[in-house]
Amino acid sequence: MSAKLVVGLDGSGSGNRVLDYAKKLASMIETCEVIVVYVIEWSPFSFQTPEENAERHKRREEEIQAANDRVVNPAVEQLKKDGFNARGVVRHGNVADLLDQIAVDEKADQIIVARTSEGGLVQRVFGSATGNLVMHARVPVTVIG
Amino acid sequence: MKLGLSTFLTALTVGAGSAVAQEAKGIDETVNEIFANVTGPFVNLIFAPLPFNVAGAAFPWIVLWLVIGASVFTLYFGFIQFRAFRHSIELVKGDYADPNDAGEVSHFQALATALSGTVGLGNIAGVAVAVGIGGPGATFWMILAGLLGMASKFTECTLGVKYRNEYPDGTVSGGPMYYISKGFAERGVPGGKFLAVLFSVFCILGALGGGNMFQANQAHAQISGIVGEYPGWITGLLFAAVVFAVIVGGIKSIARVTEKVVPFMGILYVLAAIVIILANYSQIGWAFGQIFAGAFTGLGVAGGMVGALIQGFKRAAFSNEAGVGSAAIAHSAVRTKEPITEGFVSLLEPFIDTVVICTMTALVITISGQLMVDPATGLYLTEGGTIQTVGGTSGVALTSAAFATAFSWFPYVLAIAVILFAFSTMISWSYYGLKAWTYLFGEGKTTEVVFKLIFCVFVVIGAAANLGPVIDFSDAAIFAMAVVNISALYVLMPVVKKELNSYQSRRKSGEIRKFAH
Repeated sequence: MSAKLVVGLDGSGSGNRVLDYAKKLASMIETCEVIVVYVIEWSPFSFQTPEENAERHKRREEEIQAANDRVVNPAVEQLKKDGFNARGVVRHGNVADLLDQIAVDEKADQIIVARTSEGGLVQRVFGSATGNLVMHARVPVTVIG
Repeated sequence: MKLGLSTFLTALTVGAGSAVAQEAKGIDETVNEIFANVTGPFVNLIFAPLPFNVAGAAFPWIVLWLVIGASVFTLYFGFIQFRAFRHSIELVKGDYADPNDAGEVSHFQALATALSGTVGLGNIAGVAVAVGIGGPGATFWMILAGLLGMASKFTECTLGVKYRNEYPDGTVSGGPMYYISKGFAERGVPGGKFLAVLFSVFCILGALGGGNMFQANQAHAQISGIVGEYPGWITGLLFAAVVFAVIVGGIKSIARVTEKVVPFMGILYVLAAIVIILANYSQIGWAFGQIFAGAFTGLGVAGGMVGALIQGFKRAAFSNEAGVGSAAIAHSAVRTKEPITEGFVSLLEPFIDTVVICTMTALVITISGQLMVDPATGLYLTEGGTIQTVGGTSGVALTSAAFATAFSWFPYVLAIAVILFAFSTMISWSYYGLKAWTYLFGEGKTTEVVFKLIFCVFVVIGAAANLGPVIDFSDAAIFAMAVVNISALYVLMPVVKKELNSYQSRRKSGEIRKFAH
């Protein structure tokens, strides 16, 4: 049996618990690929100053580099060291929409994420990324507490 | 240029220093006098009338220049502003955005940034000036200028993206100075370098004039209208301090807050105007009647029909900056594979700015009955070239009074809006001016700081000087940019045509299509 797992990380401490669960699940499957995803929250409809626009491409490259260095690559390396087939993806956009979209595009069997890490007002007004994902995902989602 | 400015600044500091002992009003008057004398010849040159009279009135050649430019681009591109309107909206919505490019500057962001540089006092104070001198008929010509100007914007912004500079660190610099020098060289036309330098000089003056002094001046008029008269240099110093904090101190949070609040202020302004217009719906027909009748007869304003036309075209150009070249600087940051798409998006700018927002202001002023009419003849009462108003107001105060007839609290909202608009326009123009400055003197921290400091000094001068000389200089500087820019656009418009044809055929063949989102 073969399967694909999409693991969504947000760079917080809960990432280890998510990875541990993904490993446990993957070890139960004969051939399994783990796709580690980090989404940089970004909207094409935000307002920016001319200077921010001029520097945007540079900033984007820096953001992708930082996400790879700090979150995605360490996770992928750790998975590979433990003998799993893994690769990483960094994208800009809406967290819930993109995790779902990537899972659909990759024909993944499951999305694994941590429970929400936002708090306070932001969560009350906009809902949490995890909450939105669970409500709208087209692929089964496992939420790690 | 550098020497000239520094000498001028030294003269100013000395002037200001000796004036400190005098009364506060004295400083304002001194600043005003020096300023009017220094800028007079330049202003007179730009606004020189044609050697012959048009319909019995003097006609500034610069207005004709703008009208002809916008009309030529409209015809050359086959009324692109109407043909591509729907496609422009699809681009802004992101229908054609490649998901793999997410995180780059979107079409929407480029449009919003350019708009926050243009939507501002031109729409509030400028329109009031136009209607106050040219009567409601000026609105008709303003709308026409806005519609034609969409084609100028389309041309310049496409070129802005096509010929921008991309640096190894990923940042970009673009604008007329780059497309003039590179585009002319590519087409083998001489004089590109000279025109690019000339444009940069005018762009710096425009940044200091319309993008700075006019804003500071009207912000002060608005604040003193509410808290009572006080010397302008005090507002100037306060504004200069905040602008300094953002552009020199790099306190981005202030700029970011403004960029977020300004669009909402714009929406609030339009909503308030719509409410006032709807509340007086029985007068809408009458107001449009005044606009049409005034457009062709003048209804008694100075200069008649031509007077209304000149005011309409002047204020439209000042408000939406079509053909001026400033938007090309703002739009060139978009990382698109197709420069023409940025042209499509930018043509929405004069539409939103002039056809929608300016018309709202003009309608509210007309409907509010602030302009005094002679009941016997139905013509407007004029005095010294301007139409008499109920409270003797002009500029932003006239708009404020017009809105206040419906909502007594609106002047307070408008005051905040004016201050924020003024501020965001200053931030945008400080960037446009800086790009021209670094084009002339090279990129580098020190050269950048020198310009930014000069920019802050002009905030104070603008707030202290009278509206007359400030508005004359602001107009003259911005129109001088248009003289160079439109000349260059004539040379480079075949480049845009080629891009347009190639893009349209690939869209037809299905090579360029919407992405499924």
